[in-house]
Amino acid sequence: MKPVLLWSDALIFLLVISLALFFWRLRRDPQTRERWADVFSSRLGMVAFTVIAAYILVALLDSLHFRRALENPESLATQEVFYDNKVSSVFDVLTGGMGDRFERTYSAPFALLSFEKENIKDASGRDIRDFPPLRHAGQHLAHPDERAADILAKSAKALFWGLLLCALVIAPQWLVLRGSPFPWAASWITQGVILSAGVWMVGISHHYHILGTDQGGADVLYQSLKGIRTGVLLGTLATLVMLPIAVTLGVMAGYFKGWVDDVVQYLYTTLSSIPGILLIAASVLLFQVYIDLNPDFFAVGMEKADAKFIALCFILGVTSWSTLCRLIRAETLKISQLGYVQAAHAFGVSHSRILGRHVLPNVVHIILITFVLDFSALVLAEAVLSYIGVGVDPSMGSWGNMINGARSELSREPTIWWTLTGAFFFMFILVLAANLFSDLVRDAFDPRTSLRRADA
Amino acid sequence: MFAYIVRRLIYAIPILVGVNLLTFTLFFVVNSPDDMAASQLGDKYVTPEAIENWKQKNGYDKPLFLNPQAAGVGQVTDTIFFDKSVRLFAFDFGRSESGRDITTDVATRMWPSLAVALPTFLVGIGVNICVALMVVMFRGTRLDRGAVFVFVALMSISYLFYIIGGQFLVAKTWRLVPISGFHTEGQVWKFLILPVLVGVVAGIGAGARWYRTLFLEEANQDYVRTARAKGCSELSILFRHILPNALIPILTGVVVLIPSLFMGSLLIESFFGIPGLGSYMLDAINSQDFAIVRSMVFIGSILYIVGLLLTDISYTWADPRVRLS
Repeated sequence: MKPVLLWSDALIFLLVISLALFFWRLRRDPQTRERWADVFSSRLGMVAFTVIAAYILVALLDSLHFRRALENPESLATQEVFYDNKVSSVFDVLTGGMGDRFERTYSAPFALLSFEKENIKDASGRDIRDFPPLRHAGQHLAHPDERAADILAKSAKALFWGLLLCALVIAPQWLVLRGSPFPWAASWITQGVILSAGVWMVGISHHYHILGTDQGGADVLYQSLKGIRTGVLLGTLATLVMLPIAVTLGVMAGYFKGWVDDVVQYLYTTLSSIPGILLIAASVLLFQVYIDLNPDFFAVGMEKADAKFIALCFILGVTSWSTLCRLIRAETLKISQLGYVQAAHAFGVSHSRILGRHVLPNVVHIILITFVLDFSALVLAEAVLSYIGVGVDPSMGSWGNMINGARSELSREPTIWWTLTGAFFFMFILVLAANLFSDLVRDAFDPRTSLRRADA
Repeated sequence: MFAYIVRRLIYAIPILVGVNLLTFTLFFVVNSPDDMAASQLGDKYVTPEAIENWKQKNGYDKPLFLNPQAAGVGQVTDTIFFDKSVRLFAFDFGRSESGRDITTDVATRMWPSLAVALPTFLVGIGVNICVALMVVMFRGTRLDRGAVFVFVALMSISYLFYIIGGQFLVAKTWRLVPISGFHTEGQVWKFLILPVLVGVVAGIGAGARWYRTLFLEEANQDYVRTARAKGCSELSILFRHILPNALIPILTGVVVLIPSLFMGSLLIESFFGIPGLGSYMLDAINSQDFAIVRSMVFIGSILYIVGLLLTDISYTWADPRVRLS
């Protein structure tokens, strides 16, 4: 086994570590703690956070890439180890090879037969045209009629193991957090549901395709799960690119005023006057042309897809900083009029120190709100961009690519609805959780709304 | 007022120059004419002569910014930047890579875009305000909280889902209207009704939620308390006091969007086969026709700037306390 570190993997782990450190430092600040306590004292906040955490966990597991060592054939008299060309992730291992069970083409959820007729041989060896049986579904069944009973039995078994896993995961949390004032029970129930569902999916997928297969015969459920990494990474990395630009320019414009302010205002007005989708599309196309003309930059296809992906995050970040910049500029303008900043000036404190100690900490709430809000918007945008053809590489699993590939299939008879359902469902849950969470974060951190609550 | 508008229009020039420089840098410096020629010709036919030919045919065989060989003004005007970018200011968009006149294309394709976008915009605002008003009537109750949750859920659904779902349900299952297409004569409404419906429904979540916050902000004002104290009924407070006052931020918030309606919607138009500017852009992106993309970027920026100007003017119109100077 040989670990493979893609650029996006490195970035996402870096991001998670720095976020963890950031929150660890914030812990000491009593005001911030109180606000987070606000967010987590509602059951909805707990549930939404747990769902987001589960998605992030899947994305992280799916970012631990490696290439399997191949068994050398006996005849090859060498000690050298060869590696599989396919890059797998820890998540692939955990799902028990769900992605390795390919069919020939479409098949419906839990189907035993393929969706399209083919020339096959019947029991007596004659050529007939009929639906061929699937390769990886219901092989163990003696008769097709046993399917329903078999699914129930397998589900019960999976549920048993799922509940056992839940008990193992939740019991230690319960022991530690029993006396906590926060509604942890809501989180535990969510964890229980997610874990049981996960165990059920992995267990059943050995015998059936839960969400059927797509045109290429790939398992739709597996693809939807693979889309999680793309969605989560895009949502976080693009914001990560945007933050430093927006914060630096916004704070500088609001603090130094004068010509700095003029330049920054000019920059963001110009940028925001260009229709966003055109700017993104043009940039992505240009990068595409560049890659096409320099094909020897990347060794493996996955690296090329990864480079395109990072470029997309970069482009989304660079084209979307104007809103946050405007907000931060306005807030900094307000803050730099306040007494304590004036006092710091009078004492001869340097600009960089004032910015670092007095201004920046007071715009953190805006950054935080934007981060959470933008996350869901970016996940949704990915699907649209992939539809337009300027999204992530088709070889990289994403919800946008799934939707794009399946949208014309609704007009078939009978309808092929499962690919769209899978992609939309997993996307909806993530975006809903992020939106609900961002509402709570905004309520807790936005001084305007917290004032209004104090009035009421 | 007139002086203000003129000044704002003059301020718009540096912004448009900036937009132009930015797109020019993107299209000609990052991606040089040689690269463009190579990708347009296709890998097989790339020879130095072919590239030169292509560049000459499409007018890319000049220097980028400054032409030292030309005389006088020609030093500046006989360049790619002048040819391709400065001419946009005179609304001379030139020809697309496939040889069609972009100005005529834009002028004809603008109307189908508008035919979809304008009803969507107006009906959308009406529906959102009604929904938000109904929710505000029950403010502070379980119904209100439930409605906010529904709004957030509606917002979380991908736009693509609304389109695909709408086509599947209304056009395919119920067979009420054609799935897609467009006609200029006869029953145009048949083709418009579904795109408009989808656009309105997709906007309810975000729109109604925003209007609800605006209404609630007004509902906490002192004049509402006064009205209640003097014995107004809740209904008359809502319609006679809160609604007119909340219309000001609503108006100023949506005015900026009006000019952009001309641009149409990329997704709606491509799914419903409406020959507007949205699908024009999408086709240009797919066929990598940078001449069209460049022109559309320019038009889009102009419309945005006009929108900002209209917003400022609408402030004075809606709120007599605001004066432009």
